[in-house]
Amino acid sequence: MSDDAIVVEGLTRVFNKNLVAVDHASFTVRKGEIFGFLGPNGAGKTTAIHMLTTVLRPTEGNAAVCGFDISKQPSEVRNCIGVVPQEYTADEDLTGLENIILCADLYGIPREISQKRAEELLELVELTKFKDKRVETYSGGMRRRLELACGLINRPHVFFLDEPTLGLDVQTRVATWNYIKLLKKEHGMTIFVTTHYLEEADMLCDRVAIIDYGKIVAIGTPSELKEVIGGDIMTLSVEDSGVDISDVIKRVPRVKKVKKQDGTYRVKLEEGEETAPSIIEAIRAGGHKVTRLSLTKPTLDEVYLEYTGRSMREEEEGKESFAGQRIAMRRARSGQR
Amino acid sequence: MSRNNSSRSPLHGLWALTNRDLKKWYKNPFLFFMTIVQPVIWIGLFGKAMNIGAVFTSNPITLPPNLNIPPSVQTQLQQALSNLSTQMLEKTFGTTDYFSFMALGMLSFVMLFTTMFSGMSIVWDRRLGFLNKVLSTPVARGSIIMSKVLSAVIRSLAQAGIVLALAFLLGLTPGPDFTPTNLLGVFAALFMISLGLSSIFILIAIRSTRFETQMAVMNLLNLPLLFASNTLFPASLMPDWLQAVAKVNPITYVNDATRQLILYPLNVQQLVFDFAYLGVFAAIFTAIGILLSWRYLSR
Repeated sequence: MSDDAIVVEGLTRVFNKNLVAVDHASFTVRKGEIFGFLGPNGAGKTTAIHMLTTVLRPTEGNAAVCGFDISKQPSEVRNCIGVVPQEYTADEDLTGLENIILCADLYGIPREISQKRAEELLELVELTKFKDKRVETYSGGMRRRLELACGLINRPHVFFLDEPTLGLDVQTRVATWNYIKLLKKEHGMTIFVTTHYLEEADMLCDRVAIIDYGKIVAIGTPSELKEVIGGDIMTLSVEDSGVDISDVIKRVPRVKKVKKQDGTYRVKLEEGEETAPSIIEAIRAGGHKVTRLSLTKPTLDEVYLEYTGRSMREEEEGKESFAGQRIAMRRARSGQR
Repeated sequence: MSRNNSSRSPLHGLWALTNRDLKKWYKNPFLFFMTIVQPVIWIGLFGKAMNIGAVFTSNPITLPPNLNIPPSVQTQLQQALSNLSTQMLEKTFGTTDYFSFMALGMLSFVMLFTTMFSGMSIVWDRRLGFLNKVLSTPVARGSIIMSKVLSAVIRSLAQAGIVLALAFLLGLTPGPDFTPTNLLGVFAALFMISLGLSSIFILIAIRSTRFETQMAVMNLLNLPLLFASNTLFPASLMPDWLQAVAKVNPITYVNDATRQLILYPLNVQQLVFDFAYLGVFAAIFTAIGILLSWRYLSR
C-alpha cells in the first residue's frame, strides 16, 4: 500500500441534477496525518465525508480509502474506516455499553473480542462509570465521547470525524482533541476531520484543505497557507516619534513592508520571531529606542476568509442534514445545562 | 494494528439491529404495557361491542297473533323461524358464533396495525443520522432492511399471541377439527402476512425523510386493506367490485387460514391455497425489499 491513506480524484456529487455539492475535488491525505477539512456551511464537507465513507455514491470521479476503491470495493473500505458523524447517533434507549456492542456487531466482531475492546474504549473516553446508564441521561460531551468510542470499535486505519467538537464547551473540546492526538500517536491512525473552529485546525492538523462551493480552494500545512497570505505583522513604537525611521527598518532583511501610522510602525515581515531582534538592533544602531512592540502571526481565520470571502452562506445542505444538525445542537446545549 | 474481524457471517449485524429495535419495545415498560392493553381494547370493542351476531339472535321473530292456521302448524312454524336466525348466522359467517369469527379477524387487524409503524422507525433512523452511521459499516444492506422487518414481525406475532389467548378466555369456541397443533399453522400464516406487510410499509419508507408522508400512506392503505377483506364481514356479501378487491387482498387469506385452522370444519384444499397465496405474497415483497435496499438505501 502506498503512503496515502486517501486519494481523491475529481470527486463530484450532484443532488437533484443541479445542486453541485462537491465539484471535482482532488486531494490526497497521507498515512498517519491529521487532515483538516475546512469550509463554510454548505460548502460540501459533509457530502465529501459521506462519499468517502461509502454512504453516498459519487456522481463522477473516484476515491480510494486505505487503497480500496470507494465505488468498487465499498465493503473493504467500510472495514478499514471508523466514522463519527456530525449528529449524535447513539441510541438513546440503550446504555453506553450496549451502543458500543451494537457497533461491534455491525462490524461482525465476535463477542469475546468486542466485550474487551468496549471496556478499553469506555476507559479511554472516561465513560466506564456511566456504561450501564441509558444514553438519554448523557450530556452532550459524554455523547460525543461515546460516538468516538463507537467509531473506534473496529480499530480503523482511517478515522473520519465530522465536526467532532460542534456545540461542545471548551473543556470537552480540549478533551476530545486530546483523544484524537492520543489515537494518532498510539495507533498511527490517519484522521480526517472537519471543523468550524479554525484555531483548533491550526493547532492540531498536519495539513488542511479549504473547500468552498464544492471546490478545493487551498491545501497545505497551516503555516504554508498562512505564508500565502503574507508574513507576520509587527507593531512598534519608538521614542521621539517625530523622526521617521521607516527606511532604517526597511533595510533589515526579511522585512517586506513598513507603514507609519499615528506614530506607530506597522511592519510586515517574514519569520517574525527571528527577524524582530534584528529590527530592534537596527533601530538601536540608528540611535533610537523601542518603547513598545507586539508581534502577531496571521491566523487561519484570515487565510480562510481570504479564500472563502466574508459573506455568510445560506444553508444548502438540504433539510435532512439541517434537521440532524439542529437536533445535535439542541442535545449538546441541553446536555450542558 | 491488528483487526480481527474474520469470523463474519453474511447475516452479521442482522440480529444486532433487530434486537436494537426490540429493546426499545420490551425495555420500555409503558410501551410493553400498551402492547398488552391494546389488544384487550380491540377485542373488547370490536369483538363484543360490534356484535353483529346479536342482530340475528337477540330479536326473536314471532308470528302475528291472529293467524288462521292450526296451532300445531303454528308451533312448527315458530320453531322453524327461530332456527332461521341461527341458520342465517351459519350461512353468513360459517359459524353461529360471531365473536369467534370476529376474534380471529382481529388477528389480522393486529398484524396490520403493528406492522404499519415499522416504516416509521426507518424514517427516524434517517433523520437522526443513525442510518448513515450504519451505512458506513460493513453490515449487509439487506440486513438493515430485514432487521426492521424482523422486529416488526416479532412484535406483531407477540401481540397476536396475546390477542388469541384473550379471545379463548373471552369465549372463542374452536370448531370440531381443532387440535392444539393447528396453532402452529395459525402462527405460520400470521408470520407470512406480517413479513409481507412490514416489507411493504418499509419499502414505502425506504427513502422518506418525512413522518407526515408516512402517516398519510399508512392511513390510505390500512383501512381499505382492513375493510376490503373478510376481517369483520364476509366478503361474499360485498358488491362485486369490492369482492374482487377482497379476493386479491392477502388479509382475506390470512383470515381464512386462521378460521380454517381454528373455527371451521377443515377444508384442506382451501387451506393449502391460502398458505400458497400468503407464501407468495411474503416472498415477493420481502425479495423486493432486499433488492431495493441495495439500490435505494443510500442516496
